Amino acid sequence: MSGDATMQVSVWRSGDGKEGFQTFDAPRREHQTVLDVVTWIQQHADPSLAYRFACRVGMCGSCAMMVNGQPRWTCRTHVSRVLKDGRLEIAPLRNLPVIRDLATDMTPFFEKWVAAEAVFAPSESREAPMAPIKPDDPRRVAADAAIECINCAVCYAACDVVASNPEYLGPAALNRAWTLANDARDGGQKARLDAISKAGGCHNCHSMGNCMTFCPNELNPTASIAGLKRATVKAALGWGKG
Amino acid sequence: MKVRPHRGHPLWYAFMLHRTSGLLLALFLPVHFYVLAMALTGPDALDGFLALTASTPVKLAEWGLVFLLAVHFFGGLRLLALEFLPWSSRQKTFIAAATALAFLVSTTFFLSAA
Repeated sequence: MSGDATMQVSVWRSGDGKEGFQTFDAPRREHQTVLDVVTWIQQHADPSLAYRFACRVGMCGSCAMMVNGQPRWTCRTHVSRVLKDGRLEIAPLRNLPVIRDLATDMTPFFEKWVAAEAVFAPSESREAPMAPIKPDDPRRVAADAAIECINCAVCYAACDVVASNPEYLGPAALNRAWTLANDARDGGQKARLDAISKAGGCHNCHSMGNCMTFCPNELNPTASIAGLKRATVKAALGWGKG
Repeated sequence: MKVRPHRGHPLWYAFMLHRTSGLLLALFLPVHFYVLAMALTGPDALDGFLALTASTPVKLAEWGLVFLLAVHFFGGLRLLALEFLPWSSRQKTFIAAATALAFLVSTTFFLSAA
């Protein structure tokens, strides 16, 4: 790739009473990520651009943004994969309040994790011996499939149910609740099932699969939510431990 | 109509097809009941209306109606399987199968009516 190739980048700007897209000409480089482009703009074109990132290697979950209308982890998204007609459009994550420019307020997202009881509730004290859980135990396998969430909110931004129903707990919180529903050591199952079956809970999911399509870690919150739906039905019918 | 970039994948299209077919069927039902009620309120008017079903445009509309019914039925079975059976990675196959079966049923109906 030649050193002087450029691309047009439209970046959402908000704050100080104004909002709208601002276009920058940024250099196009080989192996460049979308986060590299945002950083270049902040360092070379407009130091007042607000955005959020930390690890740059796809672990911390803080750099997600809308790239050409799709939610992406920008540090692991190569420009070559998303560039359309030599243009990029970068906006803050959908379904979340914007603090400024590309930085969203993640508070509602994390509040819903708490509302979903997506928090480990120990059933034993720390003095108790370690619980033996076999790696091939079906519940352990189910939890394993869903456990690598980095809290990036890409699924939350992709979800149309979140967009239309602000009460909906969202794919990430429910996915976490599903991992805990499969945790043999957890003592909060009843409270969790109650929390996720209320209005705004798992039964609001329309199984449209935006979350599983865009999850950067290739998790499947749609499957996790389906699991929760089954768990609530089993509990309502009095099957299993509920 | 432009599909927004975060949609436009098979599961979303299946969701939209299920929703749209359900809504259209819900709109059809009152008309259906109204025509059925004509058997009691005006048998002659009903016969006149039923004569319309011999025309090609109405047969095409019936094909559409049977397609909506079938795609909603098979799509509903697909959703029940998705939500009540252990997860399968073959969701795209199920979507394709539900749509293909709906075409099969509705087109068979159309050919036998033609």
